[in-house]
Amino acid sequence: MELTSHQFKSVSSAKLKDVKLQKALYKAKDGFVVPRAKVVAELDNFEEIRQAAADVRDHGLAHLDVYLEEWEKQAQAAGTIVHWAESYEELNALVVKIAQDNQVKKIIKSKSMVGEETGLNRYVEGHGIEVKETDLGEYIIQQAGEHPSHIIAPATHKSKDDVADLFAEKHQRPRLDDAEKLTHEAREILRPHFLDADMGITGANFMIAETGSTVILTNEGNGRMTTTMPRVHVAISSIEKCIPTLDDFALMMRLLPRSATGQVISNYVSMTTGPKRAKDNDGPGEFHVIILDVGRTRVLGSDLRDALRCIRCGACMNHCPVYQNVGGHAYGWVYPGPIGSVLTPAYNGIENAIDLPNAATLCNQCGVVCPVKIPLPDLMRKLREKQYERNLKSSAEKWSLRLWAYLALRPKLYSIVTRIMARVGKLLGGDSRRINHLLFGGKDWTRHRDLPAPRGRTFRDIYLNRNKTTNR
Amino acid sequence: MPARENILARIRAANKAANVADVMDSSVADRLASPPISPLPKLEWDPEGQFKLRCHESASTLDEIAQIDELPRAVTRYLSKNTLPTKLVCWPEFIDLPWSAEGIQIESRGAIGDDKVGLTGSYCAIAETGTLVLLSGQESHATTSLLPETHIAVIRRSRIVKTMEDAWQLIRGEVVSLPRQVSFISGPSRTADIEMTLVYGAHGPFRVHVIILDQ
Repeated sequence: MELTSHQFKSVSSAKLKDVKLQKALYKAKDGFVVPRAKVVAELDNFEEIRQAAADVRDHGLAHLDVYLEEWEKQAQAAGTIVHWAESYEELNALVVKIAQDNQVKKIIKSKSMVGEETGLNRYVEGHGIEVKETDLGEYIIQQAGEHPSHIIAPATHKSKDDVADLFAEKHQRPRLDDAEKLTHEAREILRPHFLDADMGITGANFMIAETGSTVILTNEGNGRMTTTMPRVHVAISSIEKCIPTLDDFALMMRLLPRSATGQVISNYVSMTTGPKRAKDNDGPGEFHVIILDVGRTRVLGSDLRDALRCIRCGACMNHCPVYQNVGGHAYGWVYPGPIGSVLTPAYNGIENAIDLPNAATLCNQCGVVCPVKIPLPDLMRKLREKQYERNLKSSAEKWSLRLWAYLALRPKLYSIVTRIMARVGKLLGGDSRRINHLLFGGKDWTRHRDLPAPRGRTFRDIYLNRNKTTNR
Repeated sequence: MPARENILARIRAANKAANVADVMDSSVADRLASPPISPLPKLEWDPEGQFKLRCHESASTLDEIAQIDELPRAVTRYLSKNTLPTKLVCWPEFIDLPWSAEGIQIESRGAIGDDKVGLTGSYCAIAETGTLVLLSGQESHATTSLLPETHIAVIRRSRIVKTMEDAWQLIRGEVVSLPRQVSFISGPSRTADIEMTLVYGAHGPFRVHVIILDQ
C-alpha cells in the first residue's frame, strides 16, 4: 500500500471537518470501548493473564528462528507447502505463481493486513485474476475503491447511507435502507463466488509451532468459507505471528476477542493444518503458506521490538483520543492508531512518517488496554528521540528546544526571563486572561485553541513567597 | 531457498543484537514437549450451566435429549417451531435413526449450496465460551455446519469440557495428529460492519441449535 503518512497534518485537518466521519467515529467508539470493558472485567485476573501473554510473546520472539523452523517442519509433515518472502513484490509474485500454476481465474479473500501491506489485490488483478474480498467491511471498501480505516472494522468510516448508495450502484439493485438488508444482499451476491472460486486467500492471526497450523478468527464465517470451499488455499502471514503451542494459543484467545470486539470468543476460530486428507470430502487439495519478513527483523533487533508482540486487536486505536477524532485514513498506511504510529515509521523508515509518533498525547490509554502490554507511549517517545538524533525535527522545534536548554542550564537567567514572560503574558491575555495569537512556532498551537495567560507571577515567585509566609 | 535462510539469519542476528534475556524458565524443547498451561481465570461455575449460559449469550438455542433415538423428534420439534424446511443433510453417524417416522428427508453427505439445514455432531464443547469444537474428516464434513442457513449440532453431555486448554488435552490424547481443520463455533454467523449494527447470517448459518445428549 502506498504510504501517505507525510500528509498527516493536512488529511487529519480535513477529517476533523468531515461531519459524516465524525458521526461514524463517535458510534464506533462506544461500540468497542464499552463491550471490551465489560468482558475484561469478567476475568478476575486480567492483569495476570495479560502479563502471561506478554511473556509468551517475548519468549516466542526470543526463539523465533527455532519456533519458525519447528512450525515449518510440522506444517510440511501435514502436507502444507511453505514459502518465505523478503519483499512485498516477492510475496505478491508467489501468490500469482501459485494461482497460475493452478489455472486460477477467481480468488475469494478473507481479510489480511499483510495483504494490505503488499498491495496484493491490485497486483493479482493486474495479472488478469479476479479477487473478491468477503469480509463485509472489506467488501464494502473494495467496492468503493478505498483502503481500510481500522484493522478489524475496515469500513468503520462509512455510514449506512454510504453503503446503501454504494450497493445500489454496484449491485444494480433497488436501494436498501437498513443494515440487515444490506448485509443479506452482500451475502446473496458473494455466496456464488464462494462456491465457484478456484482459490482462497486468508491471513493468519497466529501460526502455531507445535502443530504447524495457521489460525484465523472471523465472526462472519467468511474465513471458514475461504479455507474450505476453493480447491487451493493460500495463507499469507508474517514471521512474528508464530507462537509456541496450542495452550499458548488458548491464552491469546482469552485476550484477543475481548480486546478487539468485546466478545469472549470470535464466532469462528478456524485452525488449519495441511490440505484435505485423502479421505476427506471437503477442503482444498493444496495448501500454501507464505511467511513474510519486511521490516520485522529490523524491529526485532531494535529498541522497538516490544511492538512485535502485537496481536492486532485494535484496542489501542479504539481507545486513542487522536484516532477517535481523525479516524484511520489520516495515518496514511495499513496500521492506524498508536500501533500504526510505531509500526509505520518502524517498517517504512522514520523519515517517512515524522508526524505519527508526535500525533499522540502520550495519555497511555493505549498502553493500559494493550492485551500484550506493549508500552506504546514509550515507543513513540523513542521514535521522537530518534527523529531528534537524526536531525529530522523542524528547525523551529530544534531552536526552541535549544533555547530552552540554554535557559534551563542557567537558573538566574531563567528566573529573569520567566518573570518577564509572566508579566508580558498577563498583559497579552488582558481581561479575557487568554492568549489567542502566538507568534512563530506557537502559531499552530493557537490556531485551534487559546493559551491560558500567565497571571503575572512565576511559580518560583509564588513558592518563595509561600515559604516566607509559613516560616514566619 | 535464499529468502528462508536470509530471514532466519536476520532473526538470529537481531536477537543477538538486542541481547534480551528470555523471561521463561522452560526451554523451547520443553515447552514443545510438554506445553505448560498459563494462568487461568477463576472457573467457579458448573461447566454445563456455563456452557448453556454462553450459548444463550451467543444467540444459539438449546435443547436436551436423554437418548440418541429421541433426536429425530427433537429436530422436528425445532424445525416446525421455527417453520424451517424438513429436508436435511447430516453426518453419517446420524443417518440410521428413525427419521422417516417424523416425516424428515435426510441425506448423509457434505452440504452443497442449496441445502437449508445441516445436522452435525461435535468433538467436544468448551463451557468457558459456549463453543462447539468440530474436527474435519471423512465422517465429519466441514460444509454441513457452514453452508446451510440452519446448523443443528449434537453434543454429548460428557464431552463438555471447561476450557480450550482442556479441549487440547482431549485432542492430544485421542487424535493422532490434527485434522485439516479444527473449527471452533460459537453461535450463528454475524457481522457489525455497517454502523456497528449487529446482523446475523453474514456468510454462515443464521441459526445454531445445540442439542445436548445424555449418553
